[in-house]
Amino acid sequence: MLVINNLHVAIGGKIILRGINLEVKPGETHAIMGPNGSGKSTLAAVIAGRDFAQVTEGTVEYFGKNLLEMAPEERSRKGIFLGFQYPIEIPGVSMVNFMKTAVNEHRKYRGLEPLSASDFLKVMREKKEMVDIDSKLANRSVNEGFSGGEKKKNEIFQMAMLEPTLAILDETDSGLDIDALRVVANGVNKLKRPDSSAVVITHYQRLLDYIVPDVVHVLYDGRIVRSAGKELALELEEKGYEWIRNEVNNQTGYGD
Amino acid sequence: METKSQFSDRYLDLFAENREKIETQSADIMNSFRGEAIEKYGLLGIPAGKNEMYRYTNLDAFFMHEFRNYLLPVDEDLEKAEQFRCDVTDLDAHGLVLMNGFYPDLKHKLRELPGGVWIGSLKEASVKFSDLVDKHYGRYAKSESDGLVHLNTAMASDGVFVYVPEGTRLNKPVQVINLVYSKDDIFNQHRNLIIVEKNSEISIIICDHTLSPQKFLTNAVTEVYVGENSRFDIIRVQNEHNNAGKLTHTFIHQERNSHASSNNVTLHGGLVRNSTYHYLGGEGAESNSYGLYLADKFQHVDNYVNIEHASPRCTSNQLFKGVLDDMASGAFNGRIFVAKDAQGTYAYQKNNSILLTEDAKVYTKPQLEIYADDVKCSHGATVGQLDDNVFFYLRSRGIDQREAKLMLMFGFAHEVIQNINIEPLRERMDNLVMQRLRGELSRCASCMVRCG
Repeated sequence: MLVINNLHVAIGGKIILRGINLEVKPGETHAIMGPNGSGKSTLAAVIAGRDFAQVTEGTVEYFGKNLLEMAPEERSRKGIFLGFQYPIEIPGVSMVNFMKTAVNEHRKYRGLEPLSASDFLKVMREKKEMVDIDSKLANRSVNEGFSGGEKKKNEIFQMAMLEPTLAILDETDSGLDIDALRVVANGVNKLKRPDSSAVVITHYQRLLDYIVPDVVHVLYDGRIVRSAGKELALELEEKGYEWIRNEVNNQTGYGD
Repeated sequence: METKSQFSDRYLDLFAENREKIETQSADIMNSFRGEAIEKYGLLGIPAGKNEMYRYTNLDAFFMHEFRNYLLPVDEDLEKAEQFRCDVTDLDAHGLVLMNGFYPDLKHKLRELPGGVWIGSLKEASVKFSDLVDKHYGRYAKSESDGLVHLNTAMASDGVFVYVPEGTRLNKPVQVINLVYSKDDIFNQHRNLIIVEKNSEISIIICDHTLSPQKFLTNAVTEVYVGENSRFDIIRVQNEHNNAGKLTHTFIHQERNSHASSNNVTLHGGLVRNSTYHYLGGEGAESNSYGLYLADKFQHVDNYVNIEHASPRCTSNQLFKGVLDDMASGAFNGRIFVAKDAQGTYAYQKNNSILLTEDAKVYTKPQLEIYADDVKCSHGATVGQLDDNVFFYLRSRGIDQREAKLMLMFGFAHEVIQNINIEPLRERMDNLVMQRLRGELSRCASCMVRCG
């Protein structure tokens, strides 16, 4: 589904990613962990099509097509969803209008008729229930005045509406209390289909108690320095990132 | 630079030549103000150059033009008004149609509504309700420094009169449709007087349209008295063509515990200048002034707001937003004056503009004069482009660039529109704003003129 090969990325001249290799197959859940500043969010941004990051080397393919050539909206319509670390507030634009436009753009792309107002509201109601979202949120402006937890839940709600094939969740767990974390994680699990995949970017292991990954990668200084099964997350939790840092530095021969 | 336009004297001559004609067709009350008004106009003239209140707006392109002097209605113009039907379909309102500032319907120039409310011709009302008109006419339009207000007082002979007696709540809004239609270029000046006695409530919608493509100029003054505990809302919808100039001056005098709001929605127009004055003359009064301006090509929209906190514990709030495209320009000047005794004042002001091109311009100027100590006052202005982060957020959900831009502009504008408390009108405005932003014609459907 997603094949990243030797990806190098710079932001404003500063090199952030230094050769990422990653393959995500249909049905898989990957976790990407790593200390702050290791390049996790940059990787998510590049996959979603944010233009402030310049790809200097390497390729990203999505179902065999060059993903880097596609506009962000095209990636979305082809099934990529980015759950934002900091969801954006849009005063004056209602959630209903926002999601109706997005859903109908997706439908148009697939050659389907737009949903009627009543059908749309019905779908919206179902999805709200599915991900356990307070129904009042949907009547407000996008994220405006939402708490941190509400914003993250709203990301999951949007994910439910758009039914992505590949979901990238960028620190969706940060700043959540345990109840909100559970709601978010349950939402992600419920939305999982046999053919859909997820890349969960997180700083902490606790999200992975709820969303069980097939593979855990550790990103450090712009590279994936280790990939293993879910037990790697527990090891990281126990030993901290210092452990990885030391190992990497020993391997490359320059210690602290 | 002068504070007065070189074309000012032309209107002194016009008045001198036509004074008799104007006075014969007007009521005595209005005539009694003309002498003093023309004197003041003589001193102040048409604002220009260094006049602080009009610093960013050049009126000369209109005032230098030779208009057909418009003092009397012409029958064939009036017939046009009969064909006009407003298409805010669900809007259940008491309608009044003015053609070039005069009443086409000669039989029903002044009519009574439920609850003893009267709407219609100010000229007729000056005779029928002379005491009332005498008590209020010319009392609130007290802009000593604006020559245009005095010019209107000197020359206007009719306009809209609305009277809401004590303890009356009119459950339907009054809709005034100002049409301009003529084969000649015309300059019209009408005068409105709205009296809302205590414990009453009314909403007024004023829709400005041009029906023919000639060059037009309107200079209109509206005086409003809002009695104790009353509620008054005025919404102005401006949709005129690029060759039209619209100058409005609205003076709202508020008594104790009254609540008044004004909302100027400028969808289209060549040159638009709205001056809105709220005088908070009694304790606990509250005022809200809103404005939205959408301009493109060489259009210019200027909003001047003047809030005078003359009494303690009053609240005022200003919110003006605009989207400027192409070479369009906008101006906002919001003055808040807090008198020495107006303790416990709350006054807020916000002006946000989006510039879509490098050539679009906006001038924004807060002006705070505070003489009391116990005051909470804030003002803020932003001028910018659409935010990249917000853009990306929408695009990441599958919404293309063009649609994302529209949604953001719409959302931006909706913050002003959402304050319209008449639902069908609010929905209609949302639609018109959307059409306008899409670059489609935002004329109201039954209008024959293509505003673009």
